[in-house]
Amino acid sequence: MTLAEILASLFPQGHAVAVRDGLVTGTGPFAGGRMHVVGVDGDTPLGVDGALVLSRAVLDAVRAGDRAPILVAVDSDSQRMSRRDELLGLNECLAHLAKALLLADRSGHPTIGLIYGHSAAGAFIATALATRVLAALPGANPSVMDLPSVARVTKLPLDTLKDMAKSTPVFAPGLDNMVATGAVHVVLDPDRPLEGQIRAVIDTLPAEDVRDRLGAERGGRPVARAVAAAVIEQARLG
Amino acid sequence: MAADRAASFDPDALSWYEATARQRVLALTDPGSFREILPPTERRMSPHLPLFDLPRAFDDGIVVGSARLDGDPVLVAAQEGRFMGGAFGEVHGGKLVGLLRAALELKPRAVLILFDTGGVRLQEANAGETAIAETMRAIVDVRAAGIPVVGLIGGRAGCYGGGGLIAGTCSRLAVSEGGRISVSGPEVIETNKGAEEFDSRDRALVWRTMGGKHRRLIGGADAFCADTVAAFRAAARDLVGRAPALDLDTLEAEQARLEARIDRFGDCRDATDVWARLGVNDPESVPAMDTAAFDETVARSPEADHDAR
Repeated sequence: MTLAEILASLFPQGHAVAVRDGLVTGTGPFAGGRMHVVGVDGDTPLGVDGALVLSRAVLDAVRAGDRAPILVAVDSDSQRMSRRDELLGLNECLAHLAKALLLADRSGHPTIGLIYGHSAAGAFIATALATRVLAALPGANPSVMDLPSVARVTKLPLDTLKDMAKSTPVFAPGLDNMVATGAVHVVLDPDRPLEGQIRAVIDTLPAEDVRDRLGAERGGRPVARAVAAAVIEQARLG
Repeated sequence: MAADRAASFDPDALSWYEATARQRVLALTDPGSFREILPPTERRMSPHLPLFDLPRAFDDGIVVGSARLDGDPVLVAAQEGRFMGGAFGEVHGGKLVGLLRAALELKPRAVLILFDTGGVRLQEANAGETAIAETMRAIVDVRAAGIPVVGLIGGRAGCYGGGGLIAGTCSRLAVSEGGRISVSGPEVIETNKGAEEFDSRDRALVWRTMGGKHRRLIGGADAFCADTVAAFRAAARDLVGRAPALDLDTLEAEQARLEARIDRFGDCRDATDVWARLGVNDPESVPAMDTAAFDETVARSPEADHDAR
């Protein structure tokens, strides 16, 4: 789905969400109140300037105190790779955006990511993965690195990696693998209105971070939860 | 055993850059106080690396545990840059996430994270990336509970990729000359954008753009340490005592700080241009300054010290 189609399905009465330079901000009427939308569209890389535009919008929503849901719609490139962005502290700007979303969550705003296109690396972490749950639409393509690049780094033949990817979701790009890992909570049905589906996601938001539990249940991240639980248990013993 | 070894280190002489993760932890915290959680004897190893015919480590490249810092209880995580560049895999990430979640129950005086990482481990990329997101959420929860999370950066692998984002989530950061903080590493930028954008073989450029001195001067780090464990220990103690809250006021202040930085330096081509605009008299001399001279320069930088993190 395109962003326009998503917004039309989410806000059948119309909305005030705009895209500028690949950055998405605005609101729409939702569940008797409103919903804030921020995001990245058009496979746009996220650099220091864009991150601060989005964090500004998120902090404004928190300041408004309406406890309205915040949807983070994502079709991005990775972080913008440039000398300028790193010189200016890209790590601080992306972390700041993530912290703003996490603060919004703590302040009573349900936060939902919606990945409908590509996203990778730092941009993915600072946007979609900083929400309480991440929903996806079929065709979404989250990744850390594409397989040819993985082949270069790991020095394994591409065909071998393609074979491994079928049975080992922990490293291969793609939506199914991120679902198996627990990073993507739910895949939505593009043929049904998104309004009701997103409302159902909000009504059943887990109280805590359940991504490692999902990863264990779905088999894509078999040991992360058990390791974290063992650390907590041993820490309790003082 | 561990305590005996710790006693044999002289923190004043031990180089942070050269030390292993365990040496750093043992020399950083009170002698005999460190108790490792999931130690190597438990052999919690990556279930994935054998698929790639890669060797595993008994600790998956991260040491976690409890200790004391000047008598105060702290939780500590230290990445081992010598194992796969300190990169985040499934077990590695699970150990850090577990430690942070334990902090919510145990309420230590602080959590210390000794970064030494190239970012996500590509062989376990999805698990590593998700663990980074879980870590950031857990850090925000820990900070919101009033517990400082302090990052220490001065290892061989630097603090790259998702590690850089986690660092940006911490309450405070200490960095040494050898420490680098960045999202895209020099080789990554060069591979994707070409050597004219970033020549990764130009080491001086790397240090200027991502190194500890630049980060300290623009407020990306809160303390600059000589490369000794003793210096990092002193910085950690100081930073634990003055950690900003994680609330709307702090994030509004950080928003303003970062916007002002981009307004002021957004057209700079090189770190030396930034330093000149900060009022540094002889920007070319910054890389060669010793710690004392650099401290004086930092004291004159209006951007360096703040509570906006």
